[in-house]
Amino acid sequence: MIEVKNVTKRYGAVKALDDISFTAESGEVLGLLGPNGAGKSTTMNIITGYLGSTSGTVLIDGIDILENPKQAKAKIGYLPEQPPLYQDMTVRRYLEFIFDLKKVRLPKKEHINEVMAIVKISDVADRVIRNLSKGYRQRVGFAGALMGNPPVLILDEPTVGLDPKQIIDIRKLITSLGKKHTIIFSSHVLSEVSAVCDRIVMINNGKIVADAATDKLSEAVGGDSVLLLEVEGSASTVRDAIGSVDGVKRVTKGAGNNYTVDYENGVDVRRGIFNALAKANCPILMMRAGGLTLEESFIKLTEGGED
Amino acid sequence: MSAIIKRELSSYFNSAIGYIVLAVFYFFSGLFFYMYCLLSNTTSMSYVFLSMLMIVVLIIPIITMRSFSEEKKQKTDQALLTAPISLTEMVFGKFFGAFLLYCMCNAVYVVYAIILSAFAPIDWAVFLTTMLGMLLMGGALIAIDLFISALTESQIIAAVISIGVGLFIYMIDSLSGMISVEWITNLLHNLSFDAHFTNFINGIINFTSVLFFISVIAVFLFLCIRVFEKRRWS
Repeated sequence: MIEVKNVTKRYGAVKALDDISFTAESGEVLGLLGPNGAGKSTTMNIITGYLGSTSGTVLIDGIDILENPKQAKAKIGYLPEQPPLYQDMTVRRYLEFIFDLKKVRLPKKEHINEVMAIVKISDVADRVIRNLSKGYRQRVGFAGALMGNPPVLILDEPTVGLDPKQIIDIRKLITSLGKKHTIIFSSHVLSEVSAVCDRIVMINNGKIVADAATDKLSEAVGGDSVLLLEVEGSASTVRDAIGSVDGVKRVTKGAGNNYTVDYENGVDVRRGIFNALAKANCPILMMRAGGLTLEESFIKLTEGGED
Repeated sequence: MSAIIKRELSSYFNSAIGYIVLAVFYFFSGLFFYMYCLLSNTTSMSYVFLSMLMIVVLIIPIITMRSFSEEKKQKTDQALLTAPISLTEMVFGKFFGAFLLYCMCNAVYVVYAIILSAFAPIDWAVFLTTMLGMLLMGGALIAIDLFISALTESQIIAAVISIGVGLFIYMIDSLSGMISVEWITNLLHNLSFDAHFTNFINGIINFTSVLFFISVIAVFLFLCIRVFEKRRWS
């Protein structure tokens, strides 16, 4: 659906993007992840045709965004980092303008009402955008992107600056839209990306450092998995007991009776640990998966990129 | 394109700008109409039009100052530039939006002409050529000022530069008199809006003058498109 091939973008001597390639399949929610200034917005601006790339191509549904910009742009709904809202218009007037601008061929009034209902802004339809709160403005921008039901949605940090409830609402919205649309969604908040996206592309310093399905990302990064435990008993006994289990690489004692166990990816060590500790007569009070958190792989990758 | 024209017009009247522009234009044209036609007992409106040139030079920058600069500042240009429309459509939409407001300003002359015709027959042919001249000249100034607005993010800078350029164009004919090099004098005279406009006010539709204003419009709208083209690639 969206193919980004060998895209490079230079600003003078600075390489903002360096030979980026990735694909988003139809119906996929793809997370574009990276620290601030990594090139996420530049990538999105190039995909949407707002900026031209120095070299490389972007295909939307097989159409080149630079060669046939009109056809390609008609397939995209774009929500930039700062929603492009005209402060002096009411929500309804603004959406009518976007409807006309995109030359949508759907029944106008019904479609606008439908989109307003989806992003829950029907109650502010006749208010002037200037007077709306940040959360509402974000959703009005979202409505603008949804206008005309484009098959592709490009969302640049749609949850920045929202309160937790609004963030959850927007995430739910993205998840439900993901069933019908191809979505590229950028964020520097990792938990968000892992909660919403099927696949994650990590960018750092204008380069792709990882591209994998969300649940496979920690494996792709090559890290270990982590188990968190709270066990009663002397530290050395517990450590020896856990250490004897196959697949366990390292046991670290935290505060009180807390232990962190690093183990090989793909091996389930929980039963072994249970049995070993039972034999050593050390009751397990708590055991939960720490995973290799995305956070850690993220830091690992981005630090690696700075060398 | 019609979407952009509609939005431009509604933005003029959502803010005070549209009303202020109309009010100032109507006030001065009314003042000149009273001074030069009613008090002087003449049906010739040429002095009214000539006096209004200065007002036009000052008022068009107010119409165009935010056209592109405000879009860039508020980042709303992202909506326009990622919509399935061409740059040409976008720039022409902006142009016609501003031009229609300018036409609304000029509509007041028709009212004055009708008032005059109640007293004595007026020369409608001259009136119509003058109106054509006003619209063409205004269109040319709008195109120049739109280009200036596309260059900056600040509407104040856009307005000040536009007024400066407008005044220079207004004075260009008098400047040409001070220069003794003949070809420069000729060049300045041919570039003078005033000189071309005089043809229309005399009831002449001079092909060269029509072409001159249309070329100015075309050149500056083209430059405007190039500004956006360049921004995309820099």
